[in-house]
Amino acid sequence: MQKISVLLFLAWVCFLFYAGIALFTSGFLLTRLELTNHSTCQEPPGPGSLPWGSQGEPRACWMASRFSRVVLVLIDALRFDFAQPQHSHMPGEPPVSLPFLGKLGSLQRILETQPHHARLYRSQVDPPTTTMQRLKALTTGSLPTFIDAGSNFATHAIVEDNLIKQLTSAGRRVVFMGDDTWKDLFPGAFSQAFFFPSFNVRDLHTVDNGILEHLYPTMDSGEWDVLIAHFLGVDHCGHKHGPNHPEMAKKLSQMDQVIQGLVERVENDTLLVVAGDHGMTMNGDHGGDSELEVSAALFLYSPTALFPSSAPPEEPEVIPQVSLVPTLALLLGLPIPFGNIGEVMAELFSGGEDSQPHSSALAQATALHLNAQQVSRFLHTYSAATQDLQAKELHQLQNLFSKASADYQWFLQSPREAEATLWTVIAELQQFLRGARAMCIESWARFSLVRMVGGAALLAAACFLCLLASQWATSPGFPFRPLLLIPVAWGLAGVIVYAGLLATIGLKLDPVLLGAVAAMSSFPPFLWKAWVGWGSKRPLATLLPFPGSVLLLLLFRLAAFFSDSFVVAEARATPFLLGSFILLLLAQLHWEGQLLPPKLLTVPRLGSSSSACLPRHSGAYALRLGVGLLLCTRLAGLFHRCPEETPACHSSPWLSPLASMVGGRAKNLWYGACVGALVALLAAVRLWLRRYGNLKSPEPPMLFVRWGLPLMALGTAAYWALASGADEAPPRLRALVAGASVVLPRAVAGLAVSGVVLLLWKPVTVLVKAGTGAPRTRTVLTPFSGPPTTQADLNYVVPQIYRHMQEEFRGRLEKTKPEGPLTVAAYQLGSVYSAAMVTALTLLAFPLLLLHAERISLVFLLLFLQSFLLLHLLAAGIPITTPGPFTVPWQAVLAWALMATQTFYSTGHQPVFPAIHWHAAFVGFPEGHGSSTWLPALLVGANTFASHLLFAVGCPLLLLWPFLCESQGQRKRRQPPGNEAEARVRPEEEEEPLMEMRLRDAPHHFNAALLQLGLKYLFVLGIQILACTLAASILRRHLMVWKVFAPKFIFEALGFIVSSVGLLLGIALVMRVDGAVSSWFRQLVLAQQR
Amino acid sequence: MKDNDIKRLLYTHLLCVFSIILSVFIPSFFLENFSILETHLTWLCICSGFVTAVNLVLYFVVKPNASYKRSSLSHKVTRFLKCCIYFLMSCFTFHIIFVLYGAPLIELVLETFLFAVILSTFTTIPCLCLLGPNLKAWLRVFSRNGVTSIWENSLQITTISSFVGAWLGALPIPLDWERPWQITIERKCNTCSSCMGLGTITQ
Repeated sequence: MQKISVLLFLAWVCFLFYAGIALFTSGFLLTRLELTNHSTCQEPPGPGSLPWGSQGEPRACWMASRFSRVVLVLIDALRFDFAQPQHSHMPGEPPVSLPFLGKLGSLQRILETQPHHARLYRSQVDPPTTTMQRLKALTTGSLPTFIDAGSNFATHAIVEDNLIKQLTSAGRRVVFMGDDTWKDLFPGAFSQAFFFPSFNVRDLHTVDNGILEHLYPTMDSGEWDVLIAHFLGVDHCGHKHGPNHPEMAKKLSQMDQVIQGLVERVENDTLLVVAGDHGMTMNGDHGGDSELEVSAALFLYSPTALFPSSAPPEEPEVIPQVSLVPTLALLLGLPIPFGNIGEVMAELFSGGEDSQPHSSALAQATALHLNAQQVSRFLHTYSAATQDLQAKELHQLQNLFSKASADYQWFLQSPREAEATLWTVIAELQQFLRGARAMCIESWARFSLVRMVGGAALLAAACFLCLLASQWATSPGFPFRPLLLIPVAWGLAGVIVYAGLLATIGLKLDPVLLGAVAAMSSFPPFLWKAWVGWGSKRPLATLLPFPGSVLLLLLFRLAAFFSDSFVVAEARATPFLLGSFILLLLAQLHWEGQLLPPKLLTVPRLGSSSSACLPRHSGAYALRLGVGLLLCTRLAGLFHRCPEETPACHSSPWLSPLASMVGGRAKNLWYGACVGALVALLAAVRLWLRRYGNLKSPEPPMLFVRWGLPLMALGTAAYWALASGADEAPPRLRALVAGASVVLPRAVAGLAVSGVVLLLWKPVTVLVKAGTGAPRTRTVLTPFSGPPTTQADLNYVVPQIYRHMQEEFRGRLEKTKPEGPLTVAAYQLGSVYSAAMVTALTLLAFPLLLLHAERISLVFLLLFLQSFLLLHLLAAGIPITTPGPFTVPWQAVLAWALMATQTFYSTGHQPVFPAIHWHAAFVGFPEGHGSSTWLPALLVGANTFASHLLFAVGCPLLLLWPFLCESQGQRKRRQPPGNEAEARVRPEEEEEPLMEMRLRDAPHHFNAALLQLGLKYLFVLGIQILACTLAASILRRHLMVWKVFAPKFIFEALGFIVSSVGLLLGIALVMRVDGAVSSWFRQLVLAQQR
Repeated sequence: MKDNDIKRLLYTHLLCVFSIILSVFIPSFFLENFSILETHLTWLCICSGFVTAVNLVLYFVVKPNASYKRSSLSHKVTRFLKCCIYFLMSCFTFHIIFVLYGAPLIELVLETFLFAVILSTFTTIPCLCLLGPNLKAWLRVFSRNGVTSIWENSLQITTISSFVGAWLGALPIPLDWERPWQITIERKCNTCSSCMGLGTITQ
């Protein structure tokens, strides 16, 4: 019962943190309000006559249409420099030859031969640079906000006014082919559509070949007004190979042929638009806002002259990407979408090369004026709906607009005015449009301060509670059950009162606020209880239990969250802190005199009374552990992925999958190394289990470890072989390879799941040979007759049975092996908890390993080695307090959390969105997932937070390991002379350490220690997320907030959730083992009674 | 006796700090284009040389520890050689520790090694002067209750603060303020010396 209340208490604390995180998130990551208003043809955007609309042309709305048809070719991730013309080089300069440069030769040819018919622009994209956000922007002309980035693969129909909606309501036939993201965004909008699956980024050709199959026939058939073709090959090639791969050159050449073919086919009334929706980074990823990601190419071409006769600019002009929306709308004779904030590209309205300068300027001014009217109308409507926009700036903009509008009207009434005034009108209108856009960009990152402060306060309170409870938990009078029940009851009461209040007022129920109210109302009873039960008796100084060194390092770590350069450099700072911490631990051990034999430390002046704490390990042993840890940390640091912000840094080439390697021999060597790492991991786990004897147990989990784990390793190795060489497989075997790459990962995952189920079913891995007829030398002394009924009886009788068994076994083993007594490790009960934990961690590690690139397996090997060394080092410094209370020192918890962070980085992750390993979603599902989104999200999440999960599940090892190391320590030294009291109580134990059975002997203290461990770990994680929230809220106007602090906060928050769930699972596993051990003893007692 | 010791201790530390200050100014009279920021490697060498010299002089003048029983020439020579070997060993050990801490293995190897040298001059040479090449005595001094005299106490404090200073010197590295001193590492040494001064004051 106490176990359940420990788990529930931890879950309640987690809930407090979740409520805080949710409240903060709702205030920090605000969304833009989406207006559902629509522009219509009949309703002009502002007062004043429409210039050509009244003339009754068939295809004229706000303006007469210049083109009746448009071909929009969207090439995903067409970065600007992919399309940039390559000028002939200077004689001395060596020509730059990169696979992506100069491959779109037809663009260059057209730009040179027909300068008035075509132009190339560098279109400036607004972040986030994910495809769905870009498609929304390209059709609505608005700015999709940050929060949408999360729902990139669960797209929903656009509710705002957009180009496609305007086209269909004007009766134009829109034909679409390509990326099926459009199907979700515009359901049923197309007169004809050919969708192809977009999610499989490994597939370079399906979408493009599918489009090419339909593109020219559709075009020749003439049954379209707007033709949209969305090619994905370039983007997928970037994701799979990066831009610097020969495959990219092939893909771009293919695109060049497509453009060439289209240019030959377009007719005089048709506009050809070739656009990239975003760019890509050096690695071929996108999503952030680095310069390479936000610069995309935009190319316009028409057989009729588009541009005025003046010479085109030397360098392509930079325009915002959303400018395309109002431009296309007006060119096609459609209303500009209601929410558009883009500015028309005025030069396209100048009327070709032969038009008069005056009329061309007038046409530009007219287009700009319509655009400005529409933006002004939008701003007016928007500011009436919400309070987002800043009133002062809005007022200024309105003044600017009315002045420009008045100037324009005045000019219209006296048309013989000089052309110069017209240009000033144009400049004013452009100034207004740019100002409006800048204001919107700034205002749509507005925060709800109340919620942010509330969330941070809730997190701080939860951290304080963790601190308080972790200090309190090990003291004897900790009331488990009342402490849980009363706050939960108060929380529920708070929820009911709040919900009732809202219901009477009639407001909408917000789940985030509801959770926050529940969390807040459950605080006071806990604090009151704590004050009554504990706080008033002791000074408050005991609340700050940290050793100074831990506090200092924690403060350094927290302060680092407040500087963007430290957040960016965290991948290097964390190993540094970890290394410092290890050396500090060593120095502290030495300082306390635990490393050296006491005779060296006895100083004549002081005498030998000071050396109360005896060395438990030799100095060289601890030093070796420390150096090994440092070495592992350094080696893991070799697998380093650079953040985008540091261009001088080079990512480790070992992070990419083997399939992208070119050299055959190096590939084979690496493959061998990866398989070697796998085998080493397996061998290490087996060796460890054998050393503590658990491998001899005939229980199913150990059988699984013996046979199932090698099978899993084999499956993983085979999958890697297939994945890294899939492209080179002979065509006959393609089907086999494809089938195997589906089956193998699933089989490994299935094996892992079955292993975990076996472990949960029978977690006690003990070799039972009692009752086989060995001569009994002792009888169990029971103060009662009959089977034990109460927990107290059981607690009394269990150690006796255990000791009895121990003697019995020793007798038997001495018969077979006369060379010396073996310790209790041979009986496997001493390591029963750790064995279950280690098995579970290994079972967990294999599927996670499969989700990563092959060479990360080396990091996983290092991870296990590192945590093993750290546990040993920590165990050297933790004294075992025999009857309890057991505590895990803060150093251990902090080092564990630091190591989790370090492993997050060394597995090739960074807390930014472009660095997410999307490949993980295809492990076992090479064809994609169809419409389901939770499974890929789960796979990618498991890949990203693998280290958080592993370390959180393994957290109870911190408590267990010192007991495990007891066997070594006691084998080396004799019983300390000071502990005579204990020696009297347990005379027969001088040789045999009880190891983890000490925990079993004191169940109350065991539970309290688990609770304390959980609370301490949650505190260390929680204080990190608190620092993140504070950094994000204090620096919310910082230049880097969306680039560094917000992603960091999101990753930390998700990592916290994963870690807390993992922690609960780990503690639950220990408790399950504990329960199984109890029932095992009970059965044994019953058997003896019979 | 104790007051006398404290006075001598104060003078020795003042001399050490003074020698570091001198090492900043004196070379500019002899060397062209000398400045701490640009020719930091030269400065590191000179600084470590100065500190070593001052320490040796102080050792011979002040003689903080009791005289030895055997003082034959061969014994002195072996003792001196042993000291040299210890010093070199400490340099290499520090170098390895820096690399393990994340310093690049191949690039900047000279900087890293010079930094190891200067950290050894701040830590190992006082130890060698005071305690001699006796590893057990070192281990004793750097543990709780291991200090016997005020000299050892001061040694303990200055050495530990040198390490802390070197550690603190690593903190500004990730900042992207693009100051020239960031690429150099003498920031660390400055902190070292200031920490040494601080250690003196707290005596």
